[in-house]
Amino acid sequence: MTTQAQAPESTDDTPQERILSMVQAINEALDVGMTIDETVFELGEDIQDPAGGGFKIHKGLSTKFGLERVRPTPISEQAIMGAAVGAAIAGMRPVAEIMLMNFLAVASDQLINHAAKLRYMSGGQTKVPLVVRTTTGAGGGFGAQHSDMLEAQLTHTPGLKVVVPSTPADAKGLLLSSIFDDDPVVFVEMFMLYFTQKGHVPPGDYRVPLGKLRTAREGSDVTLVSWGRQVHDCIGVAEKLAGDGINAEVIDLRTLVPLDREGLLNAVAGTKRAVIVHEAVRRGGYGAELAATISEELFGELAGPVRRVGGAETPVPYARNLEAEYLPHAGRIEQAVRSLF
Amino acid sequence: MTATLEVDPTTDIDPQILLGIYTIAAKIKMYDDTYISMLQTGKATGMYYSPRGQEIIPSAIAQVLTKEDYVLTIYRGIHDQIAKGVPLRELTAEFFGRVGGTCKGKGGPMHVTHPESGLIVTTGVVGSGLPIANGVALSAQMRGTDQVTVVNFGDGATNIGAFHEAMNLASVWNLPVVFVCQNNQYAEYTAFAQGTSAAQITDRAIGYSMRAFHVNGNNPVEMYEAARQAVDAARTGGGPTLIEADTYRFRGHTPQDPMEYMPKEERAAAEAADPVPALRRRLLEEGIATEEQLKDIEDAHRAEIDDAFAFAEASPQPDLSELHTDLV
Ligand SMILES: Cc1ncc(C[n+]2csc(CCOP(=O)(O)OP(=O)(O)O)c2C)c(N)n1
Repeated sequence: MTTQAQAPESTDDTPQERILSMVQAINEALDVGMTIDETVFELGEDIQDPAGGGFKIHKGLSTKFGLERVRPTPISEQAIMGAAVGAAIAGMRPVAEIMLMNFLAVASDQLINHAAKLRYMSGGQTKVPLVVRTTTGAGGGFGAQHSDMLEAQLTHTPGLKVVVPSTPADAKGLLLSSIFDDDPVVFVEMFMLYFTQKGHVPPGDYRVPLGKLRTAREGSDVTLVSWGRQVHDCIGVAEKLAGDGINAEVIDLRTLVPLDREGLLNAVAGTKRAVIVHEAVRRGGYGAELAATISEELFGELAGPVRRVGGAETPVPYARNLEAEYLPHAGRIEQAVRSLF
Repeated sequence: MTATLEVDPTTDIDPQILLGIYTIAAKIKMYDDTYISMLQTGKATGMYYSPRGQEIIPSAIAQVLTKEDYVLTIYRGIHDQIAKGVPLRELTAEFFGRVGGTCKGKGGPMHVTHPESGLIVTTGVVGSGLPIANGVALSAQMRGTDQVTVVNFGDGATNIGAFHEAMNLASVWNLPVVFVCQNNQYAEYTAFAQGTSAAQITDRAIGYSMRAFHVNGNNPVEMYEAARQAVDAARTGGGPTLIEADTYRFRGHTPQDPMEYMPKEERAAAEAADPVPALRRRLLEEGIATEEQLKDIEDAHRAEIDDAFAFAEASPQPDLSELHTDLV
């Protein structure tokens, strides 16, 4: 069974089926955000109409809101991130797009040394209400410099919130929550989900709270812990295992920081087995942090070691077959689960 | 656009402005002298980057800024912080890492923030203030206020990528920002020409179609005129300006720096031309102020500085619970 996110704030009492792609859902969140608050604005490379961005995320927005609020920039990642930080601390709610997650490295001084730390260093005086949207993921045939999942670099930096949605409804609800959050949020989209994921998306100002995981599939024998694209891989594996009498639960963390620690520990306490699945390189990945947390808290209750499945410990290769092997694909997830029984 | 514009050092200046510049510059000099002597006697600790010799620059800029305007500065920024009006008590306590500091002692000397005075960011990363200043200026532009943003940095910072990205973006977006390069001739131990390919920093503005003034930052009239024209332009939609203000750092990069890399004669000449006493002499010579008036100003500074150090010393360290506050 798959449960959809339901925001407590949602007041829509005439729900109609609105099936949107991930791209449309994100576009709608940006539209709603800019409509309800005039301090919200976008900046980034090539985001203006008629193209509306490389993946059409911004389609129609500069036409509707103008180039002052949907503001194309030069190819200047430090300048984009710096402008977002500066605007955020001086009264605006910028949504900056860093075209691809790998280019966060170009802007990392502004993100890591400034955005993440200004609130702390100022003793709480300075709020940094900015969202950095970025996309990434292997599987698109983009090779090593356009495909990395670098969330562990972000979760390792205190002061940043990190969000990775897996469904259109969550993408919209989490993005709106991120825009109206007073702290810097890095919102990681996986482009393999942009057009493949379609689903019901509540209209209007729909929000999904940060820091609350979603149970994507209920189960009693093992908990698969995941986020982003790999949630769908885990569901696929769980359906297959159900035929063999292994009833797997799949949880979608949605936000890595803040982490729904309680939800995670409750889920694993219920099944006594955990497999963490993420696309990033396993070594030093966020899965290691989760595995350690689960082991520290539930050591005596576990029926086996916490397993991790991650990307291969290599840059993302270009050749199709190598790229597919790089990914934590269904075969590897299934093997990890079976090793616990 | 011709990037480098002339500022006439013989322009008439309102005598009260000259007195205003001296009042702030004297406070900075006295504060710095006090800090250095306290470091030498072990009464003060912590990081300290002296701005001695560079006092005229922010003191002149302060004459044309309002409280609502924004200033960003760097680790060597106490002169900019004092000139923007950050209260000395809180400022000193922050340098000491005490709970009474501007940031509860959690920022420290390299990260002073005091939004109430408009001192919005201090950064320890060379060159990184410029892109942020653009965003602060963008916020003012989008909110439709006439607030101006001034960002200070050294000559070494102009060799960092962020400088170039920020200059370009500010020009493309016509932002109300003033880039102030305090060219003190050295980046840590590296002399200007050793690390900078341009003959003067303002030459770089040409590539960004940006208005630029190259002035003697130790000359109050030139510095004031450049600041006035740049801030006026920013305030009235005329976009960004780069000011290169030539100056000289009298002390080492840090108090521990033996300064072997600075030619002795060069240093002696700069110290002989010390801009703060020079301005004081000028005020007396031109009858703008009497010895008694200046003495009164300096006595008031003395009292304020002594009070600030006493306040900082008496302020406790932050409670350990502060370790985990002010985080996401
Ligand atoms: C990105 C970065 N690189 C190196 C340093 C170390 N560092 C601190 S101050 C400094 C010299 C900077 O010189 P300049 O920009 O001319 O400023 P000044 O200290 O002369 O005012 C260096 C290299 C740093 N803080 N940040």
